[in-house]
Amino acid sequence: MSETVEPSVAELEAFREEARRWLDENTPPKPDFKLPDSFLEVSSEEQFEHLRAWQRSVYDAGYLGMTWPSEFGGGGRQQIYQSIVNEEMADRNRPFMLNIVGLMWAGPVILKFGTQEQKKRYLAPLLRADEIWCQGFSEPENGSDLANVQTTAVRDGGDYVINGTKIWTSLGTQAHHMILLARTDPNAGSKYRGLTFFLAPVDGPDVEKRPIRKMTGEYGFNETHFRNARVPASCVLGEEGQGWAIAMATLAFERYAEGGQAGGLDMVQLRVAELVEMARECRRDGRPAIEDPIVREELVRLSVEERAIDMNDIRRNLPRLCRERPDAIGLMRKLVTSEFRRRMSRFAVSLQGEAAKLYIGDPAAVEDGDWQRHYMNAYSVTIGGGTSQIQMNILGERVLGLDKG
Amino acid sequence: MVTEVIAFNEEQELIASSALEFLRGRCSLDDVREWMETETGFDAELWREIGALGWLGMGIPEEFGGADMGTTEQVSVIEAMGRQMFGSPFLANSLAAELLNRSGSEAQKRRWLPGLASGETVGCVALGESAGSWDLSELTARAEIDRAQIRLEGEKCFVLDAQNADLFLVACSGRGEPAVVAVERSQLPEGALRSERIVDETRRSARLCLDGVTLPADALLPGGDAAALRRVQMLGALLVSAELAGATQGVFELTLEYLKTRVQFGKKIGGYQALKHPMVWIMVGIEHSRSLLYRAATLWDTGEDASEIETAVRMSKAQSGEACTHAVDRAIQFHGAFGFTWDCHAQLFFRRAQWAEYSFGDAAHHRRHLAGLLFGKPAA
Ligand SMILES: Cc1cc2nc3c(=O)[nH]c(=O)nc-3n(C[C@H](O)[C@H](O)[C@H](O)COP(=O)(O)OP(=O)(O)OC[C@H]3O[C@@H](n4cnc5c(N)ncnc54)[C@H](O)[C@@H]3O)c2cc1C
Repeated sequence: MSETVEPSVAELEAFREEARRWLDENTPPKPDFKLPDSFLEVSSEEQFEHLRAWQRSVYDAGYLGMTWPSEFGGGGRQQIYQSIVNEEMADRNRPFMLNIVGLMWAGPVILKFGTQEQKKRYLAPLLRADEIWCQGFSEPENGSDLANVQTTAVRDGGDYVINGTKIWTSLGTQAHHMILLARTDPNAGSKYRGLTFFLAPVDGPDVEKRPIRKMTGEYGFNETHFRNARVPASCVLGEEGQGWAIAMATLAFERYAEGGQAGGLDMVQLRVAELVEMARECRRDGRPAIEDPIVREELVRLSVEERAIDMNDIRRNLPRLCRERPDAIGLMRKLVTSEFRRRMSRFAVSLQGEAAKLYIGDPAAVEDGDWQRHYMNAYSVTIGGGTSQIQMNILGERVLGLDKG
Repeated sequence: MVTEVIAFNEEQELIASSALEFLRGRCSLDDVREWMETETGFDAELWREIGALGWLGMGIPEEFGGADMGTTEQVSVIEAMGRQMFGSPFLANSLAAELLNRSGSEAQKRRWLPGLASGETVGCVALGESAGSWDLSELTARAEIDRAQIRLEGEKCFVLDAQNADLFLVACSGRGEPAVVAVERSQLPEGALRSERIVDETRRSARLCLDGVTLPADALLPGGDAAALRRVQMLGALLVSAELAGATQGVFELTLEYLKTRVQFGKKIGGYQALKHPMVWIMVGIEHSRSLLYRAATLWDTGEDASEIETAVRMSKAQSGEACTHAVDRAIQFHGAFGFTWDCHAQLFFRRAQWAEYSFGDAAHHRRHLAGLLFGKPAA
């Protein structure tokens, strides 16, 4: 942001080389406990600490938050540098970041809507994973219909008093702060009005956290109960009543429909090349599975789609080639990549033949049963962050201009 | 050297947008229906105009009257054509120009390329045969080549725009190897061409009987070998995938429009998720098609690794064929009984998609080849 000159190709190549070297020398060895598939399933203290240390070392080396202003702990550099680091991390499947809610969703909205004080207060600790963030949007009765949130925030002197229940709060157990959507005016006339966006502390005794177990047996999200929890008015992001617009901006960052995230990976990268390797090992009718025409057909289909997704990521930055529907690729990304991940992991499991039945913990499980878990955890992305069905509604209505149902 | 993954500069954008604008003004679906009923299938005046615009010579070097541009430009223009359902011998002519330019002798190029570039003469390529295979390694059409002359025998099929062509570049087997000979219309005996009835009525296609055709020895293209034929087939796949990507967008817009106007049960049918959600996936299919298409065109123009180029082209054709086939299928269904009529434009796209999917290899064919390229061949 402070730099304005276009870096030369040579500079960028040198930078890539340097980032690569740093990653090779500083990625921690695989720990002797199992790491989760993403920040969503952090279930134990040791997983948490391992991932926190990794995020910290990446940040301290200058490879995280590279585009954020330096006065708030960022690097003040151009996006291309962070993109290079992200690419190198993805190519080598380096561990993902821990504090994703902060880095990718809360941070960007604070940068966009926050006061100078809020940016100073929250951004640097979030980048270092000193303070962990969670998101309090969903409620037991209001998931897809997010605008209908019923958690209330009532002004009382210099504070707001919060009451209600949030659910599916990822990283809720460890979080210090929550981006919280609550109703400050129940009589605003429309469900979209009267909502306010808080940067709420959630590490006090007036917030009760109850872990929820996932289908994989892992933990990682919570029920979060607010009982007369006090939040200082200085924690309102934007204006009172502006909550819906800020929540929508948050979702655009969360779905990568808009750029500005701090960078790094948010989950284990799965590539078709890994399935191809597995298909060379697994057997079918006395031959490697890779020789089975039906296996080949599906692997090619997946390869073509993977390439298309990669090429979309390139093309979306070339406005000349996106004139017709400038937002389409960004807005469809979450739908496309999450559904792709689910289909690909399911196929990976099927490659294993009868061994597909073995799960993590069985000594004979193929690749330690990871794909069985990837398959299940794929639903966290087809449901979390707005379900695929909701993404299709958004695309159909906003991009294609079709009527609301 | 660091090359761009997808290259598309301002000039190329200008060509793409002006092509679309021009065709929007000059080629409506009603025009297409009118031309469809004529013998040639296209409007001669419009053909001259696109010649004057320089589109016909895009792939031809300047010294032979062309504009010496890349495939990226051709792809942009063809995408616009696909969208407007523009027929014409453009595709046939472009492939003939490429084959001649790559494989022809200096004299052959000098003789024919300027005409192909201006539109005065129309070229076509005769590749396919009755077996319907996209593999040209077992050609049955034969050229008996001796010092003085070449005698042809056998039959070519699916010769795109043969009825409109003045020059035929014919793939045949000569001296046991694939060969290409140039045949002028005047060298064909009476009745050598028999029109095929093809599903896409905006196109012209014919069988070409070679029996009795005798040519001077210099009709043989010196570089017209198996590799040249594979190359022109690949280019065909790339150009047709541009046409498919355009057609998918065209039929998508047609359907979208209907979903925004037709009312049932008191509301616009586009509000129903059973229609809305599939439309989203059709849009995704178009975005995928375009990204793979522009990548393939970029590699065709700048790539160095042959198998990388081939992979990109095959991916592009497989993707855009499948996406278009799906889009036209839903277009018929989502228009209800009207969609099943002759008068609904959806059928034009449906038939075009059928034609295009089976030209230069369908999706399954390309996926089979991609498997070899990506994973290696299975052990015997
Ligand atoms: C792993 C994971 C982590 C999560 N983390 C967080 C978090 O940190 N913070 C947070 O606030 N939330 C979080 N969520 C919650 C997530 O945002 C919601 O689950 C999601 O928005 C859907 O809400 P719901 O679960 O109540 O399902 P519902 O809204 O009840 O939906 C049930 C089904 O109905 C479909 N449906 C609903 N409405 C429509 C419609 N209009 N049209 C078509 N279909 C419809 C849905 O697609 C779904 O299939 C997380 C979820 C998961 C799975």
